[in-house]
Amino acid sequence: MKDLDFGYNPDKLILKGVNYTFEEPEFVCIMGPNGVGKSTLVHCINKILKPSGGCVLINGRDNKEMKLKELASQMGYVPASSEDNFPLTVVDTIMVGLQNDTKFGTSDEDLQKVYDVLKLMSIEHLAMRNFNELSAGQHQKVVLARGIVRMPPMVILDEPTSNLDVRHQLEVTRILSELPRQKNMIIVMISHDINITAKYADRIIMLNGGTIYAVGTPQEVLTKENLRKVYGVDADVIEVNGRPHVILNGAIHEES
Amino acid sequence: MMKEYHRYTVRKLLFIVICIVVMFLVAGYALTIGSTKIDFFDVYKTIFDHFFNPGVLNPDYDWAIFTIRLPRIMAGMIAGMTLGVAGAAMQSMMKNPLADPYTTGISSGASFGATLALGLGITFAGIGGSLGLVLFAFVFSLIPAAVIILVSSLRSTSAATMILAGIAVMYLFNACTTLIKLGLSDASLSSVFNWSVGDLSGVNWSGCAVMVVFTIVGTLVLMMMSKKLNILITGDKNATALGLDAHKLRIVLLVLISLMAASVVCFTGIIGFIGLVAPHIVRMFLGSDNRYLIPAAAVFGAVLLMVSDLISRVILAPTFLPVGVITSFIGGPIFLYLLVKQRKSVW
Repeated sequence: MKDLDFGYNPDKLILKGVNYTFEEPEFVCIMGPNGVGKSTLVHCINKILKPSGGCVLINGRDNKEMKLKELASQMGYVPASSEDNFPLTVVDTIMVGLQNDTKFGTSDEDLQKVYDVLKLMSIEHLAMRNFNELSAGQHQKVVLARGIVRMPPMVILDEPTSNLDVRHQLEVTRILSELPRQKNMIIVMISHDINITAKYADRIIMLNGGTIYAVGTPQEVLTKENLRKVYGVDADVIEVNGRPHVILNGAIHEES
Repeated sequence: MMKEYHRYTVRKLLFIVICIVVMFLVAGYALTIGSTKIDFFDVYKTIFDHFFNPGVLNPDYDWAIFTIRLPRIMAGMIAGMTLGVAGAAMQSMMKNPLADPYTTGISSGASFGATLALGLGITFAGIGGSLGLVLFAFVFSLIPAAVIILVSSLRSTSAATMILAGIAVMYLFNACTTLIKLGLSDASLSSVFNWSVGDLSGVNWSGCAVMVVFTIVGTLVLMMMSKKLNILITGDKNATALGLDAHKLRIVLLVLISLMAASVVCFTGIIGFIGLVAPHIVRMFLGSDNRYLIPAAAVFGAVLLMVSDLISRVILAPTFLPVGVITSFIGGPIFLYLLVKQRKSVW
């Protein structure tokens, strides 16, 4: 991202001069308070929104010049909520992510890819179930599976754990955190859960005021000072198993 | 998993094959009904002889089948197919189970066109009569879609916006139709009413030929786009991220579905319910995968309309009931029964 700006109104930009380069396979979490532009940022990356200024370069090419299909081959996306009004089976739901929309039938090769990702998510047993008969946790795992089934070089996830209980949040985030090493992918996830992010992220981008306020390892970003400035909370940060752990003291200051 | 998936696919294909067999059996039975009694097997023999063995043809049977009955039955088959396919595609495209081929206001536009032709006797480029009526209904039925496309070009539209724009145009056309009706004679009002409740008896071979072209081309194109429709039902953002321009795709689908529905409505009048219910009944058996839903909705829609037409011909014989009434009487209870009985969640 190079000097990336975005605003529905040119006088009121949501993103202002965002600069960042995703280079190597790693698990990157984007954090920041509500309305700071996290989803807007990822929507500019995958061309759901058109930036007002600056550009997004994918392997050196401006994404404005890339066709949607071409861009989609470079990155997967898991939206914050799924709108599957007419549910398919789990296999067919994941198959949609393969984008083989020119072939009518289903090849064994495609089925194998779906089976592999089902196994990765430990949900093989759900294969022939109807998508809308699943629990929220299972539902989210299927949506994740659809986003990564092609194993593109990069996958963007917009709050994929927001509807999940703590156990499923941990499980899903752990699976995602292992993908960069296992599959050589860049995983970019928007998250609101500070401690789960701290436990698994390789790198955190903290947004504030429409721009990147802090970026680095969890130890570098999740500091008492940053949390106070960005979230307006008073927190203590301790170290657990070599990772920062945030203890919120409950005091809410005026937002910075 | 693979074996189970392949079995699941075979089950879906089997459903389509059964529907095709039932469709031809219903057609055969429907051809036996009428003032000239023709045996069930003689129907198929006469059709075979007509094409391959004209020397041994029974002229009475041939006349009754090819001149009187078959155009109507073919019209039912083709119209049912078109409405079923268009309904399935419209529901997927709009991501809305309440959508049908008329959601974007096609029926209101067609009604207005038919009222102009039947009520006021206005001709289209000098063409009057039944051809003028067909042309008027066809042209006016496409106006709501044109308005929606115009609105879409001014502002990128979501599925919900398209439906709302369709409703706005529908009310406008309905108001215009009502205004014209206020000044019509009883005889003109009666013709307008008869057209508006849907009827297959007026369709001749030329009408069938036009409908066949739109149906075959439309259905094939929609089947080729069925995987794209599967992507579209997952939401616009997801579709964009998967490389589809949801907005453009919706416009292309709207044009296609509108042409298909208009090709039927201009010949048969407004036959409701098939386009709404046939896809849903099929969904209960096959699920929502558009690759199978679209062909299955075609043959199931054809069966539903042909059976309805058959009943409309025999229930008060020699008087015919409007087929649109029967489709609702049959489709409604079947649909309610399946809604109550189904175990799987479909929507």
